[in-house]
Amino acid sequence: MLTIDAKDQGNHIDLRLQQSPFFPRIKELCLSEQWTEWNGYQTPTYFLDSYIEYYATRNTCAVFDVSPMKKYIIEGPDAEVMMNRLTVRDVRKQKVGRVTYTVWCTDEGRIIDDGTLFRLAEDKFMLCAADPNLDWLELGAIGMDVTVYENSYDMAALALQGPTSCALLKKLGFTGIENAKPFDIMYFPFEGGELMISRTGFTGDLGYELWVDPNDALALWDALFSTGFEYGIRAMGDESLDMARIEAGLLAPAVEFNSALHTVEFRHDQTPFELGLDWMVNFKKPSFSGREALLKEKEQGPKWKLVKLDFEGQKSAQGSLLYADRKCTKEIGYVTSGMWSSVVKASIGYGFVKAEYADGPIFAEIYYQKEMRWYQKVVEGRKHEGAFWWPDRARQTPPADT
Amino acid sequence: MSKQYDALVIGAGHNGLACAAKLARAGKKVMVVEANAELGGLAATTEFAEGFKASVAHTLPQLTDKLVKDLELHKHGFSFASEHLETLGLKEDGSDALRVTGDTVTGVSQDQVDAYKRYSAQMQKFAKAIAAFWQKKPPMIGDKSWASVSTGIQFGLNLRLLGKTDMREFTRMIALPAQDVMDEQFEDEHLKAVLAWDYTMGNKLAPRSPNNAMINWLYRLAGDASGFNKLPIAKGGMKGLIDALAASATSAGAVIKTNAAVKKVVVDEETATAVGVELADGEVVHAKAIISNADPKTSFIKLLGTRYIDIQFTHRINRTRTDGQTAKMHIAIKGEPKFNGVSRADGRMIIAPKMSYIENAFDSSKYGEIAQDPAMEIVVPTMHDASLAPEGHHVISITIPNVPYKVKAGWETEKANLQSAILNKLEAYAPGIKDQIVASDLLTPVDLESRYNVTGGHWHHGELALDAWWMNRPTYEASQYKTPIDGFYLCGAGAHPGGGVMGAAGSNAADVVLAASK
Ligand SMILES: Cc1cc2nc3c(=O)[nH]c(=O)nc-3n(C[C@H](O)[C@H](O)[C@H](O)COP(=O)(O)OP(=O)(O)OC[C@H]3O[C@@H](n4cnc5c(N)ncnc54)[C@H](O)[C@@H]3O)c2cc1C
Repeated sequence: MLTIDAKDQGNHIDLRLQQSPFFPRIKELCLSEQWTEWNGYQTPTYFLDSYIEYYATRNTCAVFDVSPMKKYIIEGPDAEVMMNRLTVRDVRKQKVGRVTYTVWCTDEGRIIDDGTLFRLAEDKFMLCAADPNLDWLELGAIGMDVTVYENSYDMAALALQGPTSCALLKKLGFTGIENAKPFDIMYFPFEGGELMISRTGFTGDLGYELWVDPNDALALWDALFSTGFEYGIRAMGDESLDMARIEAGLLAPAVEFNSALHTVEFRHDQTPFELGLDWMVNFKKPSFSGREALLKEKEQGPKWKLVKLDFEGQKSAQGSLLYADRKCTKEIGYVTSGMWSSVVKASIGYGFVKAEYADGPIFAEIYYQKEMRWYQKVVEGRKHEGAFWWPDRARQTPPADT
Repeated sequence: MSKQYDALVIGAGHNGLACAAKLARAGKKVMVVEANAELGGLAATTEFAEGFKASVAHTLPQLTDKLVKDLELHKHGFSFASEHLETLGLKEDGSDALRVTGDTVTGVSQDQVDAYKRYSAQMQKFAKAIAAFWQKKPPMIGDKSWASVSTGIQFGLNLRLLGKTDMREFTRMIALPAQDVMDEQFEDEHLKAVLAWDYTMGNKLAPRSPNNAMINWLYRLAGDASGFNKLPIAKGGMKGLIDALAASATSAGAVIKTNAAVKKVVVDEETATAVGVELADGEVVHAKAIISNADPKTSFIKLLGTRYIDIQFTHRINRTRTDGQTAKMHIAIKGEPKFNGVSRADGRMIIAPKMSYIENAFDSSKYGEIAQDPAMEIVVPTMHDASLAPEGHHVISITIPNVPYKVKAGWETEKANLQSAILNKLEAYAPGIKDQIVASDLLTPVDLESRYNVTGGHWHHGELALDAWWMNRPTYEASQYKTPIDGFYLCGAGAHPGGGVMGAAGSNAADVVLAASK
């Protein structure tokens, strides 16, 4: 086990960011030297150019280091019962070898976090989330016959995303990966150990996540990058991932929602209904945390709604306020994420608006700069259903070789 | 699914029995299942040595006339062996004990006598202002029902009717440490300790602890079965009361089953409604309402199962402070006990010469140690009721506060240490008593926990303090005897108004179940 203990670093004042098991390679490639912090890890913002990295996810393949992700194991006779009560989906229906995207809520039905739940065995789950959740899992374990522990440091992980990802994995000898359906888990021998591959990701494209023993991390990286050359592989940073996930219609924590355990202002957190995750909340389950509050919310309707918007023009609406009229007299919400999407060829984004205005016209007041000078314009945002970008190959099994 | 019973009560503590009796008398088909062989829980009477009987709870300061009347307890055999025990502050040097009864005190200077009169009058006013609230379900924030709103309004109004000065005093004093109340009212150190006694009993508190004092004391004053501020004991021991409660229930058709521990509450998986219980032997009994007399932690975490309740609610239940702080010792003796400065040992005798004496014992307990100078409350029930011991013998019933639930050195060795500390202290105040002992039974909080199936062996099933009182007892969303699970109710000391042999939690819970079944 790889433990990273503040004490090992000698000086509690000089507490540097941690480095993932892939860091030696990342450091070599990160010409930009642009770093950001994620869960205490030094994470590249972009390696050279975030657009090039983003294009790789859409045209060839790109690798994102998800090792800083928080990973927890829930194991024991009550593991299913515990996760079924902790999350809003019906975990009883989740088969071994399958992953689901899910959220968990407070008693008041406010979202704490989202993440992916891996069913590793009848009585064993792994929960992956962008932020720490051990406290909540421990509370959720009260009265349950389970063991809950964090294994973030025992598992390194890479997301390999893009149209050539499957072909590359096959070339590497992971034969049969093409049969993995979206959200399937498969295991392959690797370096004398085992490599877990799930057909999951945060880009909305064909892609996989590779879960590896930290000791074999560099071997995995090297295999991918040597063989991957022909497949147009690239390392990607934070910025390009964000672009891809907006196109894919995926939500980001601390962007589209605020963990209910961290908000200070009343109702500055969100419910699944506000985020359009209604489909996920399974009221057929007789009990789960937040059920009663969520049922009430369902009956009364949410106070806010997250809508996907396709804005006129080409300017990104990032950070704009939203109005019900072109004159901007009635403020109704704000844009949580916005970008110019080159694959969709539109200015796209998410608006968080008061529910009563969600069905009416929505306008964004955009401020933008041209050679330092600021301009303002008002554009209409048309509602868009579903993901902005979700190519067939992301759904096909086996995916077409590109 | 056919329902065998209208209501099933888990546990035949006095509250479970009171609840069952009230429901049965209202025409409901009721079953009570008790894990132990004896009825009564922490008020059960056991024969701890051949011919010697005693119970954990020994006095009945909180019993109300209303309960006695509602359940016709007199008709079912209940009576007092004594309607009032005087409180005696024992002196180690053999001088006359300080005596407190009603609003009089002897053994102190005249100015202290006067001070005590003034203090009693004020406490009586406060106690009356809030008396009614022990008998009612608490209001709930967000609950707009008239019952909830009117209880809240009435509480405010009653306080207002105290008059401006008294109301202000009430709000000032309500959370004061006992020591502050005593220091501002009295000079006599011994009197202060004796009067502070009931402020902290049963809780993990001492005279200097904040967030407590008057609630506990006013609560102790809630009883009126033998008059205001009286300390009665039952004829036949606590068994006299428990048998009467059981008879009140069974005569109305309730069925009581002993040696029948509930393993878990049966919940209908489709509707998340409590529909029955499964007993240790596998038998399943169905009922429309499942009412738990067990403490809240046992009720929700062990019996119901946390899978059916929300996480933060579970967390609050799990965080209720349940480490017991009170031990019990029953002693069987030959002949009559003789205490220094007391002609007959027929009162409630307190060993606590000053408040710092109690505080020091508390300090030991805080750090998981056994106090070598324990404070104690001693009652000799056989002075009033010869039936509890063989002829020529007596039972001494001692309540010892400031005994930790968790001891650093482990109970295997510390139990003997506690026992000798108690006996040494007893001997100092009643010289020669050690030689009279024929048998004894010491129950630490851990023993109380396992013998009576109460988490932590806690007197109140969880601390009774401002954070766990009224609308917050045991926690919000379960403070009206109802719980987040339909068909599942609480009726024990962990619910409002708390512990002590009073029956209010059981009786209030029955009202809620009856209202729900209409
Ligand atoms: C040392 C000590 C001294 C005390 N002295 C006094 C006193 O002098 N005067 C006074 O008024 N109060 C006193 N008290 C407080 C008083 O005894 C209690 O508050 C009161 O008896 C609690 O009553 P109850 O009915 O709510 O619960 P309990 O008496 O605890 O009854 C609960 C019952 O539920 C049963 N049960 C639990 N789990 C299960 C299960 N799974 N299946 C079936 N049955 C179950 C238990 O066996 C028990 O019989 C004292 C307490 C202690 C600890």
